[in-house]
Amino acid sequence: MATVAAKTLGFLPRPTSKTGFWSWVTTVDHKRIGIMYLITAFLMFLVGGTEAWAIRIQLIRPDNDFVSAQTFNALFTMHATTMIFMAIMPLLAGFMNFLLPLQIGARDVAFPRLNAFSYWSYLFGAIFLNSSWFWLSEKGVPDTGWFSYANLTSLKFSGGLGPDFWTVGILLLGTGTLVSGFNFIVTILNMRAPGMTLMKMPIFTWTTFITSIMIIFAFPAITVALLMLLFDRQFAANFFNVESGASVVFWQHLFWTFGHPEVYILILPAMGIISEVLPSFSRKTLFGYNVMVISTAAIGFMGFTVWSHHMFAVGMGPIVNTVFGITTMAISIPTGVKIFNWLSTMWGGQVKFTTAMLFAVGFIMLFTIGGLSGFMHALPASDAQQTDTYFIVAHIHYVLIGGSIFAIMSGLYYWFPKMFGRMLDEKLGQWNFWVMFVGFNLFAFPFHFLGLMGMPRRIYTYSSNMGWDFWNLVSTIGVFVLAAGITLFLVNFGKTMSKKMDAPADPWDARSLEWTIPSPPPEHNFDKVPTVAALDDFWYQKYPDEHHKDLVRPATPVDAHGIHMPGASWMPMFLGLFNTVAGVGIMMHSTVVLAIGLVGTFLAIVGWAFEGDGGYHIEVEGGH
Amino acid sequence: MAHDIAQAHGHEAAATNTGITNRKLAFWLFLASECVFFASLLIGFLVYGDKTNGGPGMELFNINLTTISTFVLLMSSLAMVLGVNASQRGLARDAMKWILATAVMGQIFLGFQVYEFWHFVHEGFGLTTSPLSTAFFVLTGFHGAHVFVGILWLLSLLWHGRRGGLTAEKSEAVEVGGLYWHFVDVVWIVIFTVIYLLPKVH
Repeated sequence: MATVAAKTLGFLPRPTSKTGFWSWVTTVDHKRIGIMYLITAFLMFLVGGTEAWAIRIQLIRPDNDFVSAQTFNALFTMHATTMIFMAIMPLLAGFMNFLLPLQIGARDVAFPRLNAFSYWSYLFGAIFLNSSWFWLSEKGVPDTGWFSYANLTSLKFSGGLGPDFWTVGILLLGTGTLVSGFNFIVTILNMRAPGMTLMKMPIFTWTTFITSIMIIFAFPAITVALLMLLFDRQFAANFFNVESGASVVFWQHLFWTFGHPEVYILILPAMGIISEVLPSFSRKTLFGYNVMVISTAAIGFMGFTVWSHHMFAVGMGPIVNTVFGITTMAISIPTGVKIFNWLSTMWGGQVKFTTAMLFAVGFIMLFTIGGLSGFMHALPASDAQQTDTYFIVAHIHYVLIGGSIFAIMSGLYYWFPKMFGRMLDEKLGQWNFWVMFVGFNLFAFPFHFLGLMGMPRRIYTYSSNMGWDFWNLVSTIGVFVLAAGITLFLVNFGKTMSKKMDAPADPWDARSLEWTIPSPPPEHNFDKVPTVAALDDFWYQKYPDEHHKDLVRPATPVDAHGIHMPGASWMPMFLGLFNTVAGVGIMMHSTVVLAIGLVGTFLAIVGWAFEGDGGYHIEVEGGH
Repeated sequence: MAHDIAQAHGHEAAATNTGITNRKLAFWLFLASECVFFASLLIGFLVYGDKTNGGPGMELFNINLTTISTFVLLMSSLAMVLGVNASQRGLARDAMKWILATAVMGQIFLGFQVYEFWHFVHEGFGLTTSPLSTAFFVLTGFHGAHVFVGILWLLSLLWHGRRGGLTAEKSEAVEVGGLYWHFVDVVWIVIFTVIYLLPKVH
């Protein structure tokens, strides 16, 4: 291994340490960044869960006064914002980061430093947004709901800092997400192993690809909406000022143009995860791989054509409502196709109910329930009855917990050995699943009843003559059971991490390239760049069958001077930090802080551009 | 082509699947994303076309003046093309001349915009006047900011060039800068059409 001497005009030399705290701060290794995403996002998941717990305690009985109405508004706003932007998306981003290069046989993502910058934007954005709980100002916490409709967010109706925190925070988080989107698309299009055509990519890589495309087209819309809101609040502009003739519905259109693709951004990678888990534990190839890919792409495209179904109550008129009702029904077709594909994958297979498999099967069941209630919202007439009731709350929790979170749990059990070199305890895992499964249904299924009984979402209390007491009590009990299930995972995590690393390279007898290398993988991932001749190539190397016995693989490319590794860097962290400082400056209306942030940002970009290559080479035995 | 790729990777020649370098591909994707950014702002302008809140309306927009600045911006794109071409042929000095010309024309365009903003504010058409004025200033302002970033980018290329950095092998840096500049131009064509041209058609 030789460090390349690079002439540098940067401010800080490229760090070379491989261990210790600062090596994690300066890392550009996609696997480390993936793990940092997962751990940070899981902590944020616990923060959002705590907020959910407080909401449920408040609603456990009628006329409760556990929290004030104001605090309740802040709780549900921050609960949703945290879960969507700071827990589920980054949990999925963690999987994408860790797995994407491994699945396509690459040694890193296309832009390792930008990848690190995405993480730091996320971390500092999350800290920034959550610091609103501790900001010494009245009504400092965002309290206008996760879609913050205009003109509730105007200075007139929200005089505090809440909407400013929300706006700047989501801009920071969105920056990181957008950059990840570009990075992943380029990585997939440009850096696949020889022989891996697009239709030979693992399905999780496909869902990452489509999700990234959705990100780069959906996030600019919310960016513009947030900037408009920022202009309204900071410079008295008129984008959403009704008194000067502006339209509040304009915000809704911009928000949901982003917001609906966003929910598919939250579910497509989750579908990708279980599409990897189900074949592994059914010992069958994924049923209808091509159809699965087409369905994913169709969902990605159609996800941009349905946003107004969030706005049926606005009064857009029968024609618009009908059009969006039809597009919404249409999008459930590719989704339904996927469900049948998963069932067919298991059909006739040698199904083995490991914890990962249980969570995957749980996903199919719970996501189907959530999908069916979603389908009901496609009918404008039916939606008019359900909108803003707990029926909607039931739907989003079934698709986001029963869907995304169950898939994430499945993925954690499945890829844990690859990430940490240890197998999670299966016995604890089975308990983990069943307690979560029972707890979740106890918690969220009553929402259907409450919604049909007319309980509006976001009310901080209710009187006992409404008939909602029983199901609210059941739901709150459910939240404790669900929390117990998640605690079991934490226990399992702690217990497993104290064991020694002994996981084999391929513990599940699986199919994709990440299982061909040791657990955990070496920093350069592959000693030799793998070459691929078929979908599930690794499987057919292990078990050649009639159609796959004489596969011709392309020649292995030669690493002429050993394996080139990118150098670590301080700049992604500094860039993320100073961006956030600039955000704080906007919040505080402080020119000094804003100037520090902007100058720091500029210096970080200069340092980034001129710090030199700083890479090094790894010589691997037989790697040539 | 292989040489370009080697440059993008420092010194490791790793061919990409598409044959397009990572940097250029990422930049195309960035521009695709920017389309949605400007489309959203444009929609704001279209929605608020008649929301004047008692202030001046569309009749304020002076197509004669803007036609001149638009022409200058279009000519800057021509200069950029010549700059990219020169750098690809290894003519670093010519490339720098054209890049400088591009930056100067971009600066002239910005000068027109500053004058226009100043003039509108004096006519009682400021950022806070009406939804229309807000949409106008934010849309054209963000476009102007993009032009400004483009000028900084061109200047950094010139700085590179003075240090002997604009060799034929590194022409991709100029090319990507050119992509950005052309994109900003194309966006202006749409903005010009929507704000200045279409109202005249009615």
